[in-house]
Amino acid sequence: MSEWVVDAKDLTKVYQMGEVQVHALRGLSLKVKPGEVISIMGPSGSGKSTLMNMLGCLDIPTSGEYLLDGENVSEMNDNQLAGIRNRKVGFVFQSFNLLPRSTALTNVELPLRYRARNGKDRRKTALAALEAVGLADRVTHRPNELSGGQQQRVALARAIVNNPSMIMADEPTGNLDTTSGDEIMTLLLNLNKERGATLIIVTHDPEIAEQTERVVQILDGVVVEDGK
Amino acid sequence: MNILQSFGEAIESLNANKMRSALTILGIVIGVAAVIALLGIGSGTQNVITDEINNIGTNLIYVTSGGDADHPDPLTLDDAAVIADPSNAPSVIYVAPTLQGNVEVAVTGESTNTQVIGITPEFYEVQNADVAEGVRINQEMLDSRSTVVLLGADTAENLFGTTTGLVGESVRIQGQPFKVVGILESEGGSAFQNTDDRVLIPLTTAQDRVLRRPNRGQVDLIYVQSSSSDTVPTAIDEASQILRARHRSTLGVDDFDIISTQSFIDAATTITGVFTIFLGGIAGISLLVGGIGIMNIMLVTVVERTKEIGLRKAMGARKRDILTQFLTESALLSLSGGLIGILLGYLLATAIGQIAAASGTPIAPAIDINSILLATLFSAAIGLFFGLYPANRAANLEPVEALRAE
Repeated sequence: MSEWVVDAKDLTKVYQMGEVQVHALRGLSLKVKPGEVISIMGPSGSGKSTLMNMLGCLDIPTSGEYLLDGENVSEMNDNQLAGIRNRKVGFVFQSFNLLPRSTALTNVELPLRYRARNGKDRRKTALAALEAVGLADRVTHRPNELSGGQQQRVALARAIVNNPSMIMADEPTGNLDTTSGDEIMTLLLNLNKERGATLIIVTHDPEIAEQTERVVQILDGVVVEDGK
Repeated sequence: MNILQSFGEAIESLNANKMRSALTILGIVIGVAAVIALLGIGSGTQNVITDEINNIGTNLIYVTSGGDADHPDPLTLDDAAVIADPSNAPSVIYVAPTLQGNVEVAVTGESTNTQVIGITPEFYEVQNADVAEGVRINQEMLDSRSTVVLLGADTAENLFGTTTGLVGESVRIQGQPFKVVGILESEGGSAFQNTDDRVLIPLTTAQDRVLRRPNRGQVDLIYVQSSSSDTVPTAIDEASQILRARHRSTLGVDDFDIISTQSFIDAATTITGVFTIFLGGIAGISLLVGGIGIMNIMLVTVVERTKEIGLRKAMGARKRDILTQFLTESALLSLSGGLIGILLGYLLATAIGQIAAASGTPIAPAIDINSILLATLFSAAIGLFFGLYPANRAANLEPVEALRAE
């Protein structure tokens, strides 16, 4: 394992919006240790989402270098990006993003479907992940038969099923009531402790940020504050 | 992701939109059904025609006067006699010269217009005809120019209301009395000609009394039968040589026509074949329209499921995975449409066959395994082809953009 899970140097991202060039990131650098829990905060338009896409390997920077777990992501093509997302990143979204017609088990299996692995093995791994989030008794339920909190827990199971180096959570409690939100936060932090996966939470809720070891403030595409 | 998984997912997703899936495949269903039914009926018709011509005999040759000459010499009894000589035409086994025409045949209170044929005894051989009761017209009757007649079964029915016990009755042909010596066996109706509605009289009697022709010994149609269907071309050559020599026709211009039943079969096959392809082509257009319908719906599906595509990409799906997923869906759509269409087409063809049989023209629709295989593969190919564009669109979505979609 390399020294840093996330090692981003001087990232810039420029979008062409018609005639106008939008600089979403302006030379942002960030290093995250394995197993660390950080939250990224910043107002809308600060480049927070762009950074999240970058760190989650959904997009590549215009310039700069980004190493995820020692692998240079900034020069990968689409297929390589898909591969590294599949192996090293677990995503948790604000709106859960579950496949509505599929069971909890099938939803959790999804990342494993995109890699060579036999079905029995896959099922076992997915069941274990569902158990880890406390949903062992809901495997055959579809999203519309589950509460919001339960749906997000299925999404958590999906995020950890591929044993990622990093869990990327984008406003994970944003669509939940306080109780379920707290449950999800507790679960996320526990999973981080048990599995050692780095946890990056993008949020604008100070209460969430409060629970993480390190808070990174973004403004106008650069880090303006790093630490508690 | 392997094929089996994408198959499962495709079924799941098509199942989720049952009504839409059903409506989408309707075009393919109708197209395939039409193609299958039309091809089936086409080859059924072809079989019927071929069978009927085969019944006449595939080694039969018809010789008539005419050809490309301006003033063709008539065919004569002597022509027939020379062709019949085995030393001149070794491939020929029977030659039956005839005179043919339509005349009025009457009994007291009834009359009918029918075909009268002046025949020689060879006629029975070349036409596979025989009498059901009574006697055939024989050489003796020819020699004595007897006023005797054989009635076809339908003609007898028209005149007497029965087909039995008529030997010894008298009929008038063009006002002249003829004695009925026999009734012909019924051969059953056929799509081309009704061989049951005709009367046969001795050729000599026809020459003298009924079907007078300007030249002495003139005949209208000579039936020539070759020893087998394989020797038909040789027999045609031999007869042509003889007639050219005897008629001294200008080089390259024959004053007679020779056709064989084989050429009827060929012509009929060509005609029904062209017809089938034509109808099949029209039906094929609805397949095209069906394919465009699938493309349309798949495009809608891609837009609707943009977020899902984004999610799958975030989970590590490559372009290829997304492409496979949507192609499987569209192929499965049109394939199931194709299979339903095959079934429907089969039922349709059978129903049309039943209707045709009920109205007296038996057509057994022939749907062979080839057209079923072809339809199956073709409908799957349509799904793949028309699914390619939407699937490509899905595969090329940017994960970031797709995830942001609502």
